[in-house]
Amino acid sequence: MLTIRNLEAYYGAIQALKGVSLHVLPEEIVCLIGANGAGKSTLLHAISGLVPLAKGEITLDGVSLIGRSPEEIVSLGISQVPEGRQIFTPLTVLENLELGAYQRFRRERRRQISREIERIFQLFPVLKERRSQPAGTLSGGEQQMLVIGRALMSKPKLLLLDEPSMGLAPIVAKEILQIIRDLRESGTTILLVEQNAKMALSLADRGYVLETGKIILEGETSELLQNREVKRAYLGKGRKGFLEE
Amino acid sequence: MTTYSQVVQYVITGITIGGIYALIALGFTIIYNTTGIINFAQGEFVMLGGMIAVSLATTGLPLLCAALLSVLLVTAVGLLFERLAIHPLKGASIITLIIITIGASIFLKGVAMLIWGKDAVRLPSFSGDKPFHILGATILPQHLWILGITLSVMLLLHLFFEYTILGKAMRASAANRLAATLVGINVRKMAMCSFALSAAIGAVAGIIISPVTFSSYDVGTMLGLKGFCAAIIGGLGSSPGAILGGFLLGILESLGAGFLSSSYKDATAFCILLTVLFLRPRGILGRP
Repeated sequence: MLTIRNLEAYYGAIQALKGVSLHVLPEEIVCLIGANGAGKSTLLHAISGLVPLAKGEITLDGVSLIGRSPEEIVSLGISQVPEGRQIFTPLTVLENLELGAYQRFRRERRRQISREIERIFQLFPVLKERRSQPAGTLSGGEQQMLVIGRALMSKPKLLLLDEPSMGLAPIVAKEILQIIRDLRESGTTILLVEQNAKMALSLADRGYVLETGKIILEGETSELLQNREVKRAYLGKGRKGFLEE
Repeated sequence: MTTYSQVVQYVITGITIGGIYALIALGFTIIYNTTGIINFAQGEFVMLGGMIAVSLATTGLPLLCAALLSVLLVTAVGLLFERLAIHPLKGASIITLIIITIGASIFLKGVAMLIWGKDAVRLPSFSGDKPFHILGATILPQHLWILGITLSVMLLLHLFFEYTILGKAMRASAANRLAATLVGINVRKMAMCSFALSAAIGAVAGIIISPVTFSSYDVGTMLGLKGFCAAIIGGLGSSPGAILGGFLLGILESLGAGFLSSSYKDATAFCILLTVLFLRPRGILGRP
């Protein structure tokens, strides 16, 4: 579905990606793990068309994404849940969801979009309760659900999730995890970026390890979980892994 | 005339002019919210609205046609301004863009002077000049037109921003650029829309006030500054604030001009601005 070859991109003056290649197959959850600053978010931004002058090849079902605008990429079927719960704070929950379908308003009837909103409300009942509240008044977990719901409103072929558990209480993070599992059951293809390697590997089918802009390891998550290097750097009793036990 | 009827008179005049200030302030607010730019050419949209309408009306066009055509033309000027002067400067800082709007303001004023000369002109009143009396105050029919149209424009703007997907997308772009981009909103196109919308509102203000205060090539400067004051007083970025600021400024200015001296009318406005800035720097309804 998604194929990336030799992708190079800059984050300011720093070369954040130094020739990254990866692929995502239909109905797969692929995770990308790596430390802070490894280039994970830059990679997602490059896929969404937010990084100017990205070099290399990104294709979605054979269609090249390089040089396309973010709007085009959304309409081609890629939706991103960015890091840090980027909601439209003064707008209501319902308006946030409607805007997720912004591209669809041109082509489709309102009724179809309302039906989609009902589907999202089934997925996240709490959002239905709070539909007319300003999104800024939601709790952290609810905001994350809203951003995921909003991203699903465009009916994406591929969902990009950037650190969906970051900054959430463990119990809320677990809830979000369950939602990602449910999404997979319903056939959504997901590229998941996480600092929390353990969580990401427990969820995904395959994984890539990104370090200073390069993929250093890839494989089935079961293999990666057994890999000594991964264990030492990302799962071991390091401070991070320890906290998430 | 008793003091009471004087007060009524000044307040009514103030509400009328305040409505105009509020419209101009809304123009500032819309552009500021979607782009972060303070458009100092806002007053020129007001001037152009009045001047173009007068020119069209003197060619014998019915008043309503002249007014609508003028709004359309000024909207086109707003679009053109964004396309030619703001859009090409990708990645320019906000302050650079603000200075460009000042340049555009001077440019538009100069062009207007070349086209129309320096004389003040006037659009005929929409429904005659026969005054009527309420509570001892004299009111012109045009005052009611101004108030009615101002309130209608505000209502339409409210409906636009609350109930249309384009309006919501504009609010979304203002609230969170990154998120707006990622749901597929072209944030730059929203900037263009905001200029068009502000230009249209400015033109409406310029047209409805022309029968009362006349139009000339240089009315934009002071009206623009007053509208800016109103936006700041109400809290920059807040639409209810812009409306409140506009009416407050209009009424206080009118009372000041009536009871102190009309030659201090403009000074009153800026004194009010300074007072608000001292007491509440973010404006009355502004968010910190």
